[in-house]
Amino acid sequence: MRKGQYRFVAGFLLAPLALYLIFVIWPYIQTFGYSLTDWSGESPNFKFVGLDNYTALFHDDVFKQAIWHNVLLLVFIPVLTILISLFFAFMVNVGGRGGAGGVSGVKGSNIYKIIYFFPQVLSLAILAVLFQALYRSDEGGLLNGILIKLGLVDANSPIEWMNNPKLVLWCLMVVIIWHGVGFYLVLFSAAMQSIPREIYEAALLDGAGRSQTFFRVTLPLLWESVQTAWVYLGIVAMDMFVLASTLTPGTGFGGGPDHHGEVIATVLMRNFLYFGKSGYACAMGIVMLVLTMIISVITLRATRRERIEF
Amino acid sequence: MGSTSTRNNGEGLGRRDLIKRSAALGLITVPTMSFLSACASGSDDSGSKDTSKGKVTKDNPFGVAKNGKLEVVVFKGGYGDDYAKAWEALFAKKWGTKTSHLGTQEITGKLQPRFNGGNPPDVIDDSGAQQIKLDVLFKGGQLLDLQAVLDAPSVDDPSKKVSETLIAGSTDPGLQGGKVVSLNYVYTVWGLWYSGKLFKEKGWAEPKTWDDFLDICKKAKAAGIGGLAHQGKFPYYINLLIMDLIAKTGGLDAMKAIDNLDPKAFVGSDAAKKSIEAVYEIVDQGLLMPGTNGLTHTESQTRWNQYKAAFIPSGSWLENEQLKQTPADFDMKFLPVPLLPGSKLPFEAIRAGSGEPFIIPTKASNKAEAQEFMRLMLSKEWSTSFAKEANSLTILKDGVDPSVKLRPGTQSTVEAVKAAGDANSFNFLYPNWYSEMDVAIQNASNELMSKRIQPAEWLKRAQAAVDKAAKDPASKKNHRA
Repeated sequence: MRKGQYRFVAGFLLAPLALYLIFVIWPYIQTFGYSLTDWSGESPNFKFVGLDNYTALFHDDVFKQAIWHNVLLLVFIPVLTILISLFFAFMVNVGGRGGAGGVSGVKGSNIYKIIYFFPQVLSLAILAVLFQALYRSDEGGLLNGILIKLGLVDANSPIEWMNNPKLVLWCLMVVIIWHGVGFYLVLFSAAMQSIPREIYEAALLDGAGRSQTFFRVTLPLLWESVQTAWVYLGIVAMDMFVLASTLTPGTGFGGGPDHHGEVIATVLMRNFLYFGKSGYACAMGIVMLVLTMIISVITLRATRRERIEF
Repeated sequence: MGSTSTRNNGEGLGRRDLIKRSAALGLITVPTMSFLSACASGSDDSGSKDTSKGKVTKDNPFGVAKNGKLEVVVFKGGYGDDYAKAWEALFAKKWGTKTSHLGTQEITGKLQPRFNGGNPPDVIDDSGAQQIKLDVLFKGGQLLDLQAVLDAPSVDDPSKKVSETLIAGSTDPGLQGGKVVSLNYVYTVWGLWYSGKLFKEKGWAEPKTWDDFLDICKKAKAAGIGGLAHQGKFPYYINLLIMDLIAKTGGLDAMKAIDNLDPKAFVGSDAAKKSIEAVYEIVDQGLLMPGTNGLTHTESQTRWNQYKAAFIPSGSWLENEQLKQTPADFDMKFLPVPLLPGSKLPFEAIRAGSGEPFIIPTKASNKAEAQEFMRLMLSKEWSTSFAKEANSLTILKDGVDPSVKLRPGTQSTVEAVKAAGDANSFNFLYPNWYSEMDVAIQNASNELMSKRIQPAEWLKRAQAAVDKAAKDPASKKNHRA
């Protein structure tokens, strides 16, 4: 390339790079700066306190519990979402056994694809409203209503889904998985469709069943998409703010009952906006950033495999 | 890669173009940067820019100039925001002021950046679930001392100070560090509520003792409805009942012990022990409305409006909040918290006080207008206008024109306020002073109502929250005598 063209390229890169620096990197740096202060969040005056906020975090049981909850979510959300959507994607694309020698999905697979995608169209705020009605703790709730009608639950002691320390996290998890499966179904479907049919036909000719086809052919060829899905879902599991703060009980961004529905983001926001400990909350934000980065790196490293060209 | 410019044909991008482009980029990025820093805590503009130049007279104690500006932001919750629009119209008529209005539920989201940027609005009703906590604002030096407004001559009777026309003690909840920094405008009464119609139908009398109260709960259970409903998702409400019972059983000393973070506020307090055990009895005997521990305020209050429970705790905004859900013949009635044996306060004693804090930021640009606005809020004309638009009383003594007919719930609170008098009205201050302690006690209460902890454990956890708040050096500034 001639000299002028470097400039031309640089000119194009400048805008996105500047936006990235301003809107992503600079806020991180600012957050780190605030995390070293006793900023209240409502005033431009604050003192530098060094690493005090970080040492306090180590003794904060609520924060530690919240991290543990995020870790649990981090394990279960990606595994369950990926397994379910892989299964559905397989059935919808190559699981069918009709027709002469053709490789296709089960009957009506196009309709299924659309139906499974429905939840993805809804925003998280709408999900929260929907599931609040579903999990409602008296006979007016959808689940309780059905269970009471079936005689499985006593009308005098309905299941208080979100007010039950043992159920609350699982209930949140169900919402996220229900919401996510449709998207990853489409992602995996697209990847599956790019797998050459001859491979499947060869497998068929060799007498492979559905499960053998899936584990020996489909999954290895989809590995890159699974990897991507894992990172995305990991980020979702580290966040969870919208659902946890609206669906779980408690004053100031939920997190109840008694911190059993807490995630890092709810503790962070409560400290930031409700308790006036914004500097402390910024320290939590930095810890969350570091954790998310570590998890992304581990996931990408651990799932690294040889690439199969086709 | 072609440039259309003929001069640079064949040479890629010309230097001149590149400079032009980067200049254009700079134009975009530079304002964005300053916008961003305004978002966080960029400017520390402590110089106030008061623009008013009006003459200070007895009718115009703050020197408001004609044709100025005023920006009002109100929490649009249980009281709506029509009352504020009516006021602004009256203010604009009097002073020719250009007023701007915002009614919102997201006080924090809308205003936090503006406080940090040093350009907050002039008058704010800082209330609701997303209020910016007053202790936090005060610590940041963001709240104007309202003493000047309270010392100004009253609109209705210029020979009196504004403070002399208010219900006794109604400015106390606005105290932070010994100064009145928020005007808690609405006079609120907290306690239990029931349906006059339901009670008449069933032949139940208003319970004055805790035993009678439990008795009605049992009868309600027998009749197939819940005894007590509460807004379990937000344990703020059940804490009203618990704390009122403590204050009435142990007297004002028990209440002050909690506000003053006494090491024996809960553990070692006989009143607290008796009260929490009494509340636990409701749970233990299965007298709660089924499922109420997980319901939001709207869900549980609507259930109660459908006669699914006998009692519910709340403040006097309840009637306005439930206007649409309340049947026409419901006959909403207020009930002071019933008494345990050996109580120090009489049955008529109620938690009453001013709520809905209106504030003026230190950095407001139109302070004279804001202070005059507040003075006018405390006139009979504006107070009556509020009662009409929002179905609630204000802190102005006899502040409602008798020609205004009140709804049954509001009417019953007027009677309750009269019966209690100044002597038997009390109010806790710790929720405004120590938000972290408040939330910790609420969490414990939620556990108790869900039968996951026992009264002894509740006392321990409440005391731990008090002790933690006492360790914060900032708590030394607050004390009530």
